[in-house]
Parts: sequence; structure tokens; C-alpha cells
Amino acid sequence: MSRVGTAKETCDAVRNGERTAVDVCRTVFEVIAARDQALGAFTTLVIDRALARAEDIDAKPDRWRSLPLVGLPVAIKDNVCTRGVRTTASSRILESYVPPCDATVVERLEAAGAIVVGKTNCDEFAMGSSTENSAFHVTCNPWALDRIPGGSSGGSAVAVAAGMTPVALGSDTGGSIRQPAAHCGVVGLKPTYGRVSRNGLLAFASSLDQIGPLTRSAVDAAMVLGVIAGADPADATSSRTPVGGYLEALDGDVRGLRIGVPRRLLETGVDAEVMQGLETGLAVLRERGATLVDVDLAYASAAIPVYYLVATAEASSNLARYDGVRYGYRAPAEGREDLTAMYARTRARGFGAEVKRRIMLGTYVLSAGYYDAYYLKAQQVRTLIRTDYDRALEQTDVLAMPTAPTPAFKLGERVEDPLQMYLGDIFTVGANLTGLPAISVPCGFTGNDLPIGLQLIGRPFDEAMLLRVADAYERDTPWSTQYPPSS
Amino acid sequence: MLAFALPVGFTRSDIEAIASLARLQLDEDEIELFARQLGEILEYAKQVQQIDTSGVLPTASVVTGSDVVRDRADETAPCLGRQAALANAPDPAAEAGLFKVPRVLG
Repeated sequence: MSRVGTAKETCDAVRNGERTAVDVCRTVFEVIAARDQALGAFTTLVIDRALARAEDIDAKPDRWRSLPLVGLPVAIKDNVCTRGVRTTASSRILESYVPPCDATVVERLEAAGAIVVGKTNCDEFAMGSSTENSAFHVTCNPWALDRIPGGSSGGSAVAVAAGMTPVALGSDTGGSIRQPAAHCGVVGLKPTYGRVSRNGLLAFASSLDQIGPLTRSAVDAAMVLGVIAGADPADATSSRTPVGGYLEALDGDVRGLRIGVPRRLLETGVDAEVMQGLETGLAVLRERGATLVDVDLAYASAAIPVYYLVATAEASSNLARYDGVRYGYRAPAEGREDLTAMYARTRARGFGAEVKRRIMLGTYVLSAGYYDAYYLKAQQVRTLIRTDYDRALEQTDVLAMPTAPTPAFKLGERVEDPLQMYLGDIFTVGANLTGLPAISVPCGFTGNDLPIGLQLIGRPFDEAMLLRVADAYERDTPWSTQYPPSS
Repeated sequence: MLAFALPVGFTRSDIEAIASLARLQLDEDEIELFARQLGEILEYAKQVQQIDTSGVLPTASVVTGSDVVRDRADETAPCLGRQAALANAPDPAAEAGLFKVPRVLG
């Protein structure tokens, strides 16, 4: 089966004239045609636009070849706006929404020579951990078709894992880049809050959301981050901290680095094979010269309830904009109904169950009489969690833990039990609540060939350190080079 | 403060009141389902209320190193045109350049 190479291989080949950008794009669409009916990674393909851009790149080598992502096909999660290309957030309420603008990340990718090939399926408005909350279709894990790919950026993870595209963008509010990356055996990077502009990302929880890349290697993640990172006048929370040095940081040298492991947090609820994958991964880094240090994250076990109180509160206000007036679906009128009734019926029909559940929870925790007990309390505990991580990272360079406590579960297994679904986010939500950067790197397989992810969490804006450790790890392990069956 | 005596069982009218605030019309099955599930989730979230947070400031945002707003010059710049803004509206009054909505007053 043909497949697409890594981002580095692809850009180098186009830059050296070994392959044309059109040829690369054709391969992408051939692989998608062959594989995606069974996997369901994409919601929309943009074949004509992609080929037109590829032709332009081939026709004007002087203009394009020096750019960092020349000829690189990229899939974009469908909650990131693409001008003139349907952007749905996998929701009925935006089923025919066509944005008038590109997200800043899309502009930056294209300006650097990348080519958008399509939009990927996700949990509706990025709310979920399995991509089963998409209003459109299921996405299957390429390593086991009866299992979830993870979520909410499940389509992006599958597109990269199955060799349909070298790179995809995802968004991560509580683990939505890292967890599907772990379940599909690819690299997923959530940058520091503020590192990447959120302009054009359909907002879920604005104090937690970040956009980041899913790739086949740390090198590829470094290439993409260098392009999408940086201050943006259109996002007031974007940071002016200098960008760069990511590729230069990948020197394979982890000697003397201190890696913090929160042993107490790992004592309960981690699958034995996942734990084994973590231990083996840590041993590889120790062999390379890193030192393992035990750290205590005393409040980390409260991270899930804190996350679900904060995220749903923010979601309930962010999603108030979907009211059937300015864009999106409006329920057909029933008799002489007034504006308020139209809002309520539009939202009832336009949103799926998980989105309604979170809007309800968020509305409740923000409502008069309960605000202090739930929302304010959660924000205070968020401070305690931040302090925990800050202290741990004072003694260490990065923290290491599993990305998810179990391998990918079966499709349908947790649909009826939202709380059970939420508990799987135990190791990922911390980086969102604290704003810290985090990466998931493939670190092996279970006995029945399901990928396991190793998560590294770093200091603010020190993505270079995360990528350096991840890259060093990849040099000594074969996991990143593996493709699922029939890919 | 209601911190240690919160209802985690939701009645039908509790759910209807929240749905009304959230502008969501729920059907019978959803009311029943959410009454149970919101109760379960908040029961789980009770552990947060056991944590001593006296004197702890809340974290609403983790923004660092951002001064984009402060540094932005106070100048007009191009923005979305009226027709482009109306292009996705379910019921636009394109010629008038307005969004139409159902009646607001009787």
C-alpha cells in the first residue's frame, strides 16, 4: 500500500526537485481514497484547491523552495476555520458553515508552503475523548478498527497514523491532541497556552484551548511549531515570547537532564501494559544519560473535576453564540414562535447530547448561588495544581507520565457513561489547567498491538526541551516508524 | 456559601430551569438523562469541595508574556464586509444588510 512519508522527507524531496508538489498531493488523495472509507478520518477534502496550490508551488520554485514547509500536505481539524472551505466542528449546527476567513495557523502554514488537503472529523466542538461525538460519522482506530481513535482530534490522529498525510493540526483543551496521538501511535504536541494563535479556532474553553501539530516524529513537530507559533494581533492571549530554535534543539543529548516522575499519581488506575510501556520508555532515557526524579503532584488527582467545572463553564458561555441568527443552522419556525423559542429549538436540534450535557453543567456551575461553590472553588484548586507543577518543574527539566491510563477502548464502550469517559483524561488535563506545553510520543504496543503513548510536560514556552527529549527517545526506539496494518 | 450542602440530585424542575437559562429545549428523555448524569458528575466533583482553599487566589487565566493589546496602535484596519458577514446567515435581509429574527415583542 502506498503511503505518504514524514514531513521532513516530503519537504526535502520537493525542495530538491526529487518530487513535485503535485505528485505529493496526488499520492495523498490516492491513499485517502484507498483507506478513508474504512477509517473515516476526513469530513471534507479540498482536492481542487490543494492541486491548484501544488501546481503554483511547482511552477514557481524560486518563490517557494526556500520556505520551511514547501509542498507539505496538511489536514486541519474541522474546528479550525478555512476560508471558503466548510468548517463544521463536526456539529449539525455548523453543517453548512463556510468561514469568511482563514485561522491564523492556516494562513501561516500556507505562507510557509504547506497545502491544506482536507478537514478532519472530531468530537462535536472538540468535546469528547473518542471522536464518537461527531454528528457525522465514526472514526476508527487504524490499529484496531473496532476501537476508538481517541479524541477529540481523532480524525487528525488517524490521518497521520494511517499515512494519509504527514501532518495534521488538532486542538487540545484537555488532551485532545495528545490522547488520540497516543491511541494511534503518532506524536502530538500541545504548545504552551499563548504560544500559538487561537484566532479562527472555534472556541470551546478559551482559557484552556491550544492548537498544535500531530506528526510522525518530533522533528516534524518542530518544523510545524516553528511556523505556527508566535504573537498574533488577532489573539490577545498570544505571547510575544520569542519563537524558534526547535529544530536546533534536537541534538539527541539528554545527559544530565532531570526527568520528574509523579510515582504516587501512577499508583492507581493505570493499565499494567501502559505502565510497562512507560517504565521501558523511562529506561531508554536513563540509558541516554537522563536522571529520573520522583516528584509529588499532590493535587493532580483533583484535576479532572476541576477541569470539567472550568471547561464546561467556559463552554456554556462560548457556545451561546450558536443561536440561529448570524450563522449556522436555524430550526424552521413552528407557528408564531418568538425569538427565545427559536433559540431553544435551534440549539436543541443543532447540538448533540455531549454538547448539551456540558452546556447544562456549565450553566449550572455559573448560576447564582452555585458559582462560589463550584466555579470559584475550581479556579482556586486550579491555582493549587499550578503551584504543584511549578514546584515539580523547579527541580526537573520535564515531567513524564503516560498520556492515557489505558490503551484505546472499544467503540461504544463508554458512550453511555460520560463520567467514565472523563476519567480517562487524568494525565492530560493538568497541562491545560496550568498552560504548560506537553507532548505525547509513541512508546510501544500492548500485547494485542495497540499503541501506548509517553507524555512529557515541560516548563512554559520550553517546547524546545520537550522536542529534544522526544527526539532523543525516538532515536533509540522503533515506535515512530511503525505503520498500522494495511497502511 | 453553600459549599458543603449542595444538592446533587436534580429534580425535573431543576433541569428545566437550567435548560431555560441555557436556551435549550429538552425532550422528556433528555430531562431524565441529564438529571441523573449531572447528579453523578457533580457527586464526583464534590472532592474539589473537600480541599482547603482558604487564602488561595483563583486562576482564571494562565496568560504570560502577552502584551499584544497594549502595543496595538489605535488605527482603523480592514474588517469583514457586510455581505461577507451575512453570507452564512440562515435568514439574511441582504439588501438591507441585516439579520432577520422572529418577532421579539408580542
